[in-house]
This record gives sequence, C-alpha cells and structure tokens, in this order.
Amino acid sequence: MMSKIVRSMTRPLYPFIILFGAYLVVHGHLTPGGGFQGGAVAASAIALLVVAYGGTRMFRKGTLTAMESSGLIVFISLAMVGMATVFFYNFLANGGPIFGEAIFYGPNPGYFNTAGVIPLMNMAVGLEVIGGLGVIIIALGKKAFEVME
Amino acid sequence: MRKSVAFGGLLLVFAFLLIAAVNLHGFGDPTNTEMDDYFIHNGQRQTGANNIVTSVVFDYRGYDTLGEATVLFTAVSGVLIALRKEGGEE
Repeated sequence: MMSKIVRSMTRPLYPFIILFGAYLVVHGHLTPGGGFQGGAVAASAIALLVVAYGGTRMFRKGTLTAMESSGLIVFISLAMVGMATVFFYNFLANGGPIFGEAIFYGPNPGYFNTAGVIPLMNMAVGLEVIGGLGVIIIALGKKAFEVME
Repeated sequence: MRKSVAFGGLLLVFAFLLIAAVNLHGFGDPTNTEMDDYFIHNGQRQTGANNIVTSVVFDYRGYDTLGEATVLFTAVSGVLIALRKEGGEE
C-alpha cells in the first residue's frame, strides 16, 4: 500500500495504460509493436495496481491464467488451420473474409483490414502475454507483501 | 607471476576484440542482402502487413513466436509452482 498520492494517481491512469496496450496489440500489423509489446504494456498497468494498492481485486489469478491458456490455444489453432498448405500459413491474407484486403507495394497510409491472420495472432499473443505477465506480477507481489509483513 | 599471466591473457582478448572491431562491416552494409531484399520487396504483397517486422515474426518465422509463447507459458508455470501455498491446494 503506497501513499495517497500514488493511489489517487493510479486510479485514473491505469485504464489508459491498458488502452494503450490494446492499441499496440490491435495495430501490430501497421505500427511498431505487436502482441508481446502491447501485452507487456497492459501488464504494466497490473504492476502499477499491485504496487499502489498491494494487490488487485479486479484481475483475479484464475481469470488471467485462463486468458493465458486460451491465448496460446488460439494462437496454435490459428497456425494449425493453415496446415493444408504448411504450418503457420497465412490463409486469410489477400482475399480472406476478415482482414483480407490486399495492399500495394510501397509506402501507404496503412489500412486496418489487411494482413490476414497476423492481427488475429497478435491479439491471441497479446491476451497470452497480459495473462502470463499479470499472473507472474500478482504472484510475486503477493509473496513480497507476505514477506514484508 | 600470476598477475603478468592475467595481464597477458587480457591483452590477448583485447587484441582479438580489436581485430573483430576493425573488420566489422559498415553500418547498413551487410555481406549477404538476399534475405533482407526478399522481405522488403515481397513482404507487403505476400502477407498484406505494412509492418515488415510483424510479418516476419508472425508469418515467415512463426515457429520462433511459438517458441517464445511456450517459453512464457513455462515461465508462468514455474513461478506459480515455486510460489504455491505450502501444504495442500488453494
């Protein structure tokens, strides 16, 4: 439990940190960043909550573990769906029903509805990373506060 | 005696590092560029992603990302096992 200043600054700040992480994950195929980076940014919001309040009631260990496992399963199954050609085949790019728009070679402003399976994999990996790092942070923080008492 | 041997070894290592530093390629001038050129010219068209780094990480080298995800999963399992409650389940 930190001072009142830290606690009252954490409360309005952490949704925006999670939002920025989600932005990095979702726009991974257009801008720098991606699943791992965005997930780490979102997990830093959990770290802030743990440091400021000494634990979170909002993010439960079970939920985060489920997020991690489901993210990994979605990632592997997306890779398996392309198995007809080869493992990790991008079966949605350039003509799939979702994220299937083709782009031309060269500089362009960046269209969201492109890149096939890559945004879906980014979201799966982002889910996995926020779950995994969040669980690690909560477990270590809990132990640290137990030891300090 | 010991000190001089250590100093000699240090000089040897330093000489090797110096040779390696002198023989470095210039910045942006690698020996083999076929791979980079392939990604730069075909990455956007083949994967549809503007960010070529992401297209390499999630498409061309998906196995690597799978390994990273598995490493993270293993790390989480290890931390949860190491910090479990003693005596019985939660």
